[in-house]
Amino acid sequence: MNGLRDKAAIAGIGETAYSRNSGVTYQALLLQAAVRAIEDAGLTAKEIDAIIPPCFGAPADTFAVNLGIPDLRYAATLRIGGAAAVASLQTAAMTISSGVAKNVLCVTGWNGYSGARIKGMGSIWDATITMMPIMREFEHPFGFFIPVQWFAMMARRHMYEYGTTSVQLGAVAVAMRKHAILNDNAIMKKPITIEDHAKSRMMADPLRLLDCCLESDGAAAVVVSSAERAKDMRHRPAYIMGVGEGYPESPDYLAARPSLTETGIKKAAPKAFAMAGISPSDVDVAEIYDCFTWNVICQIEDIGFCKKGEGGPFVEGGRIELGGELPVNTHGGLLSQAHVLGMNHIVEAVKQLRGTAGKAQVKDAEIALVSGFGDIGDGSAAILRR
Amino acid sequence: MTEHQKPLPPISPDTKEFWEGLRRHQLLIQRCQDCGTYRHYPRPMCHNCNSMNGQWVKVRGRGKVYSWIVSHHTVHPAFPTPYLVAIVELEEGVRMITNLVDTSPDEVYIGMPVEVFFEDVTEEITLPLFKPIDKGSRRT
Ligand SMILES: [Zn+2]
Repeated sequence: MNGLRDKAAIAGIGETAYSRNSGVTYQALLLQAAVRAIEDAGLTAKEIDAIIPPCFGAPADTFAVNLGIPDLRYAATLRIGGAAAVASLQTAAMTISSGVAKNVLCVTGWNGYSGARIKGMGSIWDATITMMPIMREFEHPFGFFIPVQWFAMMARRHMYEYGTTSVQLGAVAVAMRKHAILNDNAIMKKPITIEDHAKSRMMADPLRLLDCCLESDGAAAVVVSSAERAKDMRHRPAYIMGVGEGYPESPDYLAARPSLTETGIKKAAPKAFAMAGISPSDVDVAEIYDCFTWNVICQIEDIGFCKKGEGGPFVEGGRIELGGELPVNTHGGLLSQAHVLGMNHIVEAVKQLRGTAGKAQVKDAEIALVSGFGDIGDGSAAILRR
Repeated sequence: MTEHQKPLPPISPDTKEFWEGLRRHQLLIQRCQDCGTYRHYPRPMCHNCNSMNGQWVKVRGRGKVYSWIVSHHTVHPAFPTPYLVAIVELEEGVRMITNLVDTSPDEVYIGMPVEVFFEDVTEEITLPLFKPIDKGSRRT
């Protein structure tokens, strides 16, 4: 079970500025993040020999051409939406430990605000969501279209089964905003309160505007290398100690899931912990894919930070804020920093382990957990150590 | 019948019988001929035993609300907001996304007994909507 443990490490990280008006194409954004990650690792672009491009948008070819990569040995696109960034760490570790390639570039990003917007009905959905043909036939005729509706359906059920409240959802929004305010590269800088959350407009009852992540322009990238090689690179490596993917039953039709309140991360996280040989209580900081506030609560439970159904009370009382028992999304997350499909969560985890997270630094952070959540409940988890 | 502006289902050979049944105001659910497991959405294979011998069973169309939302944000102009979307669990155990009619957000609850209501939206397409069982009056 510990096959990939400590075989690979994140050697380089890169981000663009996060905004709502990048002014450049998404290809340019992705390439900028890629170059920064390669430079951060102390490599040249020619040393990249495997690429995991975003789940949609620019293919590996775009990177190979622009970066001038002479000998691309492997490329794979992981079509699991927001779970892809963290899952790419597993693919990268497999690629490296098997000897297929040495330095893997993983990139995500988009013009999520100035380009095609996710809350609309544009063609972006056909490219992004693998189950779109089923949705068109069995969901769209009933006006069931977009993520806030999907997760409202799940949140309602969670409220019914476990008594989770909107105030608890609000506590997640408030915590993410507090962290974003400490971050120079975060979009949302205005403080919010539980009352602001309660007064924000209803999107899909029970989810309100402040339960929803941002739509933003930006890209982020990491370079994964062998643990051995990463030791000699520019920065302290973030070792991939454990990693896993998980999928719900009935992954493509939400209505048929045996449970609406458990997601793929419930299967992914135990694999990652078993590989790492640690337990949730060993985690110093968690970067949890927060497309909506409810998803954070559900994942906190499914990862095992608390019992199933206790995620609502868990996020209250500042427990997930800096200084709390489990600081979550110290960069501000998708809710308040930017939505670049979750690579920003990995970048932040690496910063925490390097000790370069600035005002949001968790003192002596040694172990970080990063989660991914996409395609309506596919999950991925990685445990990183310094 | 006024022109239907909402998106219509793109029907495939695997799902044709389901939609043809609705046109006759029958709710048909696929059932495995080998192990008896029901499945929805319609598809070629039984997920329990991998048999491809399926049959279409006319069901009563009764069930309960499994979860529900009130959509306030306008995504598609043909859906005036707010509107109710629900997951209904049929007596046979399968669940489907649908709309609730003849009720309101104040009345809906998880576990509410509902029955199918056939809404003819075009010459070819009838949608399976659901309404509370204890309310006699049909939507006109
Ligand atoms: Zn069967």
